[in-house]
Amino acid sequence: MTETALSVKNLATHFFTRTGVIKAVDDVSFDLAKGEIMGLVGESGSGKTVTGFSLLGLVDEPGRIVNGSIKLKGKELTTLSNAELRHLRGREISMIFQDPIATLNPVLTIGQQMRLALAAHERITARAAADRSADLLTKVGIPSARARMNAYPHEFSGGMRQRVAIAIALLHRPSVIIADEPTTALDVSIQAQILQQMRGLAAETGTALIWISHDLAVVSSLATKLAVMYAGRIVEQGPTAALLRNPQHPYTAGLIGSLPAMTKAGSPLKQIPGTTPSLLSLPSGCPFAPRCQRATEICQRAPEMVTHGDRGWRCFDPVGQIDEVTS
Amino acid sequence: MNRQDTPLTRFWHEFRENKIAVVALSVVVVLMLLALFASLVSPQNPYDLANLSLMDSRRPPGFVGSGGYIHLLGTDPQGRDLLSAIFYGLRISIQIGLAAGFVSLSIGAALGILAAYKGGRIESLIMRLVDLQLSFPAILLALVIVALLGQGKVQLISALVAAQYAYFARTAYGAAKAEKGKDYIEAAVATPLGSRLVVLRHLVPNCTPPLIVVATVQIANSISLEATLSFLGLGLPVTEPSLGMLISNGFPYMMSGRYWISVYPGIALIILIVAINIVGDQVRDQFNPRLRK
Amino acid sequence: MLGFIIQRLLQAIGVMAVMSLIVFCGVYAIGNPIDIVIPPEATQDLRDEVIRRLGLDRPLYEQYFIFIGNLLKGDLGRSFVYNIPVLELIGGRLPATLELVLISVISASVIGVSLGIYAGYRPESLTAKTIMAASVLGFSVPSFWVGLILILTFAVNLGWLPAGGRGATIDIGGIAWSFPTLDGLSHIILPAINLALFKLAMMIRLARAGTREIMLTDTIKFARAAGLSEITILRQHLLKLISIPIITVFGLELGSTLAFAVVTETIFSWPGVGKLIIDSIAVLDRPVMVAYLVLVAFLFVTINFLIDLTFALIDPRVRRGVTS
Repeated sequence: MTETALSVKNLATHFFTRTGVIKAVDDVSFDLAKGEIMGLVGESGSGKTVTGFSLLGLVDEPGRIVNGSIKLKGKELTTLSNAELRHLRGREISMIFQDPIATLNPVLTIGQQMRLALAAHERITARAAADRSADLLTKVGIPSARARMNAYPHEFSGGMRQRVAIAIALLHRPSVIIADEPTTALDVSIQAQILQQMRGLAAETGTALIWISHDLAVVSSLATKLAVMYAGRIVEQGPTAALLRNPQHPYTAGLIGSLPAMTKAGSPLKQIPGTTPSLLSLPSGCPFAPRCQRATEICQRAPEMVTHGDRGWRCFDPVGQIDEVTS
Repeated sequence: MNRQDTPLTRFWHEFRENKIAVVALSVVVVLMLLALFASLVSPQNPYDLANLSLMDSRRPPGFVGSGGYIHLLGTDPQGRDLLSAIFYGLRISIQIGLAAGFVSLSIGAALGILAAYKGGRIESLIMRLVDLQLSFPAILLALVIVALLGQGKVQLISALVAAQYAYFARTAYGAAKAEKGKDYIEAAVATPLGSRLVVLRHLVPNCTPPLIVVATVQIANSISLEATLSFLGLGLPVTEPSLGMLISNGFPYMMSGRYWISVYPGIALIILIVAINIVGDQVRDQFNPRLRK
Repeated sequence: MLGFIIQRLLQAIGVMAVMSLIVFCGVYAIGNPIDIVIPPEATQDLRDEVIRRLGLDRPLYEQYFIFIGNLLKGDLGRSFVYNIPVLELIGGRLPATLELVLISVISASVIGVSLGIYAGYRPESLTAKTIMAASVLGFSVPSFWVGLILILTFAVNLGWLPAGGRGATIDIGGIAWSFPTLDGLSHIILPAINLALFKLAMMIRLARAGTREIMLTDTIKFARAAGLSEITILRQHLLKLISIPIITVFGLELGSTLAFAVVTETIFSWPGVGKLIIDSIAVLDRPVMVAYLVLVAFLFVTINFLIDLTFALIDPRVRRGVTS
């Protein structure tokens, strides 16, 4: 029985703005086993980034977690104070962001930034910090790590910078790393390299990984399980292969269908008609209903998550072969 | 939000939410009205020497003068009713502030947009000049120009304009350059529309918001600068006292306890400038995209 | 790095040349320089003699070159009014102004930046809102007015502090400083506050805006996600990132403070260069005006140069000549 690294139940994070309440994350639940790689897929505004921030307790005003439980290796996070959470951040659970030029401080050297990350959780001498940093930098694929530690972020290429960010995230060997669109800002060729690297590192260190992305194709090559988000809720989740082969939720099917790889050469690209709803004025029933070909009256009610084994979906009339799933 | 909301109404709605800014705006409007109708609201015309009597000079607030009415705020060394002098002084300060602001805006914006649009040597020449000027303190520049040109409204306004056009130029330049880099300008230039139309219809409207922000600050600055110059004795002639000059007149009397001659005009000046700045602050916050979450 | 320095140095010299030219032409070409030197009833012969003696009969560009030549030798001409070398005149009054400006600027910056960072870090707190409201007053209110109120309150009404003049001085390093003495301190407090107010307000607003912007960046989020304590984040990230825009403004405002010293010195009868220039302008003592303006320009150029240098030290991107 594999250990559960992260267990999230009914997480809800709302933003209380002047113009109304934005339910950025509404009733999200998933489990992450040790060393598992999960892909969190959705368009912008689907709530995937806010989910990531919620896990770390880093939701900015005017938002806050209003409901739910987050258990990191059995320990409940939502009831912890900020000071207690800080001890866990970077050590047990850490995060990588999309654009490394924005996340790394331009006026500090790489070595200095890594040392700060190390010193945040343990007393360590400058020499020991340098040693550990150099080791880790080499491991993420940065050549001449020792020398490069005295360089500044702008002296690295985009891909290298992201590797530095990954190294910083790995410094304390956390149980969970949340990667928010880490390769979106990079060249396609570098993307593949980073993906490979992360898979290898995750396996080696036993770190569980949540890969947040809008790009289904990128995530599916890496993740063993997927969760698809729409308008703040997970509308479908399950093992990657099974889900891609036999999607249940019309939105998932639409996403898969619109991938250029899935389109026959010469035929027009399929699109999902309509646009994502504004989170300020969500329809009362299923949020996908306005765009769904199969919507009926029953969809005026918000669908609950239907689970079968390790798969789940929120739909009254799923598009896929249910028998295949339930058998 | 209804469909009929124009950017202006939306702007006003958001502006309205800041109560302090609304109060400030009303204060500015009231002061401007007082200044505009100074001749109607003032009990006395402080410029008409025939009205003045030295017997009334330096009297405290509440004194009933030889004209038969109460001097609500006292009188100054020349026997002028301070309240009237303040109204007329406000008029002068606002006139000069607006005039200097408007002319600086026009000249500065024109230069800035020209520099950004033409590029090349014209651009470097203009912006070098502007940068040079920006690093030189406005007050010194204004001082020297006023000293050399002599006293008078036009000279004063010229000095203020020379000191301030650079801010507008730099702002307009920055905004125009940013716009110019955008692809749609390139596309527009490629059409047979002609460059002048491109500039007018595209560049100028996009430079307007930051220019408005700079304008509010600079108008307040002009008023302040003019007051300072008048205080130092280098502003307008003595016969048409602006607020700065009134304050300066009263300075020697402060030690002997006759504070009202300087203090009341000063308060009027402060209220005017602070109100304009508060409005300007709110306008700037609303135009700044980076502070909007 | 050396190339950078040389380039900046050459730029500085170029700017000085242009400024001195503009100043000289501006001051000498407008109006008649001779008017204050000769009494109106002087004969034409006397006029011609004086004009010739002062070198004003030569064409303007020749006058300019003579001026520059003298300048490089350290001779700034003679005051029309006092008839002593301008250098001596200015040199005698400069320490007083320098002392005033230095004290004002340093206290304004230190206090202003601290308050501003606090206001930006906790923008919703009552303290922050009060600070911001006060700062609006600080830079709206014309400085001469503040001076007036200060004198009225502290000198006239309360009688705690003197209304003007400079106090007793102590000689440190060959220059007379007044603030180390109690008497000197009591004399310098009010004018220093007066002069510092504007800059204080500027610094507060700048630091607050910078802090708010920086705290919302991904850099800070990433640091938080790595578990850095708030204090570490403030010290290692915020402070270092905010120093770049602050130093720029610091330098620019230094010059403006120097300029505003003119007003403060007039109100408080502070025996510095500022008061000298006002008097000179009033009587059109042109050599003094030109010398003062050239001096100010020189100070500006030097300050800008030093700032550029400091930038290169702080921001590694500038050093390599990399533009973001």
